[in-house]
Amino acid sequence: MLATYQYPKFPYLRPTELDLAQPRHVPVVVVGAGPVGMCAALDLAQKGKPVLLVDEDDTVSVGSRGVCYAKRALEILDRLGVGERVVQKGVSWNIGRTFYRNDEVFSFNLVPEPDHHRPGMVNLQQYYLEEYLVDACRRTPGLEMRWKNRVIAVTPGEEQVALRIETPDGAYSLTCDWLIVADGARSPIRHMLGLDIEGKIFLDRFLIADVVMKADFPAERWFWFDPPFHPGQSVLLHKQADNVWRIDFQLGWDADPEVEKRPERVIPRIRAMLGDEREFELEWVSVYTFQCRRMNRFNHGRVLFVGDAAHQVSPFGARGANSGIQDTDNLIWKLNLVMEGKAPATLLDSYSAERTYAADENILNSTRSTDFITPKGSGSRILRQAVLTLARRHPFARKLVNSGRLSVPSFYVDSPLNTPDTAPFSGRMVPGAPMDDAPLATPDGTSTWLLQVTGNRFQLLYYADDAASIPEATATALTQWAIAPVPIEPLVITQRATAPAGIATYHDVKGRVRERYDLTPGSCYLIRPDQHVAARWRHFDAEAVSQALARATFRDRW
Amino acid sequence: MLNTEYHFHHPEKRYFYDYSPGDDFYAMLIEAHRDLSDEASALLNARLVLLLANHIGDLRVLREAIAAAKTDL
Repeated sequence: MLATYQYPKFPYLRPTELDLAQPRHVPVVVVGAGPVGMCAALDLAQKGKPVLLVDEDDTVSVGSRGVCYAKRALEILDRLGVGERVVQKGVSWNIGRTFYRNDEVFSFNLVPEPDHHRPGMVNLQQYYLEEYLVDACRRTPGLEMRWKNRVIAVTPGEEQVALRIETPDGAYSLTCDWLIVADGARSPIRHMLGLDIEGKIFLDRFLIADVVMKADFPAERWFWFDPPFHPGQSVLLHKQADNVWRIDFQLGWDADPEVEKRPERVIPRIRAMLGDEREFELEWVSVYTFQCRRMNRFNHGRVLFVGDAAHQVSPFGARGANSGIQDTDNLIWKLNLVMEGKAPATLLDSYSAERTYAADENILNSTRSTDFITPKGSGSRILRQAVLTLARRHPFARKLVNSGRLSVPSFYVDSPLNTPDTAPFSGRMVPGAPMDDAPLATPDGTSTWLLQVTGNRFQLLYYADDAASIPEATATALTQWAIAPVPIEPLVITQRATAPAGIATYHDVKGRVRERYDLTPGSCYLIRPDQHVAARWRHFDAEAVSQALARATFRDRW
Repeated sequence: MLNTEYHFHHPEKRYFYDYSPGDDFYAMLIEAHRDLSDEASALLNARLVLLLANHIGDLRVLREAIAAAKTDL
């Protein structure tokens, strides 16, 4: 029981399958109702596919656990209709400060440019995010959630996957076309299938304490190397909702986790940090270790792994839940096309290719942070000391201070779905890039954002200075994929007026789209349903667009 | 003049986040120190200083660098 939060208990209902002689068949089963499993289920159900989501428990995450939700994850949650609640309840922040002993040595701003809808990061206890996702799942037609349903056997086949599921009333069997595995870092299903996950364990332990207190520290991430109140180790402070503060103390490998969790050990550490006079209440304590590792591939026939089940990272950088949510963003539109028979099943290989690439990037960055926070050997310890002591005076050294490189989306520059550029563009919206946001307005003046009018389908973004100047023939050509098997919806970005032929038109009110995408009249971008760039051209060429779409869906490989 | 602005880069590589080239360098450096004794580590650092100093060559810059390194030591 927490002082600030009451865990909901979700109702277990006796599955009717317990009384069936023959196993029922369903299109998709998602295992694990954590943030990643729920995002997967929600995304697919919102695309009109029936989804069965099973979880062995009947409540949300115990303890605050994942705390930092990054800009890209918020944009995906926006697409799923949950982002606004998370941002409203959570604590938005952009600034991180790093201290060495008593001095600030380095600070960073996650969103250094203006005109983005979402902040760099929102801190929110994981149980709130899960509660909001459960609410959204319950409201979504075709999405059935089953609590206290634990998968105890998986038999993958060519045509379908057979499952055995245990409940308080006994076990039942089920078959499905696709199994999405989101059952967490220990992944029982990964073990059942005997699939390998490789990487390394770090020899260090960290204590996390959630503390309720009234404090007027700013909403920033504060990180200390070797502070006077916890000498020789690091400390991290984060603000969460409800006046809950997350404090993370590095303990070293020799610490005894059971002893360190006791309040009589934890409270003096916090007192030393906060000063003696401040009142606080200890809400939740945990001691953790971590590893950085990933599966060789994330799709195994009809079994698809997402989130921690597929890859794990150190927590410095908030790259765990955030990358898991991005996995689902990448997977679900592809699975949806495959289920509709509009793309070959091999399109799912591109899920594995793009997301193992992202996992490698996350593992690389979080391993480097860990190597900086926990130096191994005297050589790396002395180099770190050199960086930290130079950082006070020299800008280059500040950039080398690594207390966590926070979650940012991957640029899938090597993706097989990309069509290479045929003309030069400046900026970073290369094929494979995650789209930059920018403010827009409709012709009647209603404000919106680029990332709110994209996503969930292929779109062709077409730029004209004056939308009224777009020739009728061009406008008609832009709409030619409206009834194609995989439709492309045109979207005109302009400075003024409205495009002909009823094409959705948005005004680039601050010029940011033009600037960030290096647009000149006639430039167009083919945008994937997960808001990554598939291809771009200086001039509209219908044949090139068709080819790029075929490439981005593997329809050219059929 | 000694440049102490952040200057790490790779002419043939595209970076999307500014900390990446510096982190690439730092990872290379600590990898070189992995499993070395304290003495070998110190010798590695000294050899690196000599190599880089010769590459720079200009004694005015090297004098500034020595002064900066000694400050707050």
